[in-house]
Amino acid sequence: MSAVRSTILSAVLFVTYIGIGALAHDTHFSLAWALLATLLVWAGPAQIILISTLASGASVVQSAIAVTVSAIRLFPMVVAVLPMMRTPETKRRQLVLVAHFTAVTLWVECYRFLPHVPRDRRIAFVHGLGSGLVLIGLVATVIGYELAANLTQTLGAAILLLTPLSFLFSTARNSRELADVLALGLGLAFYPLASLLDSGLDILISGVAAGTIAFAVHKWREGP
Amino acid sequence: MNNFMSDFFGDWHALVVLLLAGVIPNQIWRMLGLWLGGGLDEGSDLLVWVKAVATAILAGVIAEILVHPPGALASVPGFLRYGALVVGFIVFMLTRRSIFAGVVSGEVFMLAGKWWLG
Repeated sequence: MSAVRSTILSAVLFVTYIGIGALAHDTHFSLAWALLATLLVWAGPAQIILISTLASGASVVQSAIAVTVSAIRLFPMVVAVLPMMRTPETKRRQLVLVAHFTAVTLWVECYRFLPHVPRDRRIAFVHGLGSGLVLIGLVATVIGYELAANLTQTLGAAILLLTPLSFLFSTARNSRELADVLALGLGLAFYPLASLLDSGLDILISGVAAGTIAFAVHKWREGP
Repeated sequence: MNNFMSDFFGDWHALVVLLLAGVIPNQIWRMLGLWLGGGLDEGSDLLVWVKAVATAILAGVIAEILVHPPGALASVPGFLRYGALVVGFIVFMLTRRSIFAGVVSGEVFMLAGKWWLG
């Protein structure tokens, strides 16, 4: 738990989940729904996409597509995290919970903490770290939900504004490569254009277009 | 008691939707990473593209919350919502990428503007 306390990222996590709790309240989801989403989805962007698409009237299939595309980034994260704790005796099922806990916060913290943890203790360490982070997320979800239910309109708006601000800055902080910076900037700029189409898949359309252009520029700069 | 429980859980239909549209489409990638991981190069073109698209989708979500604000945020005029993001970003860059400073100054800008408008 001391590992959890000492991370700055857990403050970002806390703020993000306060925003998610408030968003769930203002879009008329139940508290149990919001808590189950935090526990079982455990990915801030996916939860916000799920809530905002469903609230804006998208079908289950449209929401599922938007969520699954946003979740693709978890695949390379899991692929990168697991070798750090695998030993020749490790069975795959021992890593299921580690895979579930893997999200951007855990991913970054593994690089920071695991070198100081003996290899045979790493799975246990990550189980502890992951549970602590999920607990922070659950508590923050309740706080955000209740705050949105009880605060004045202006303070409620301030809570909802936490999500775009904390997401933008934590993503910008993690964007070291040109492709990531471009994807972030173009993604912000393209969404208002795509939303004019009013297709129900606006986020997907702007995301794939902006991401592909960012990738193309990255390849072009790299040379043939 | 009954009332509390039904408020807490909401309707069962929404929980099924959570499973179908949220949990499964999200977890599938983690479990694929667990089953297939190992043979993939982190710098491969496919993964660079996937990361760029995922980042752009996240950016789209940020923009969506500001362009089509949910609930109480809709009571804030557009120029204050966009202004909060711009002011926060400038402070974020000036403070050598402090997430905390960026979030706080964006919030202060929005609240000050709201107070000034009355």
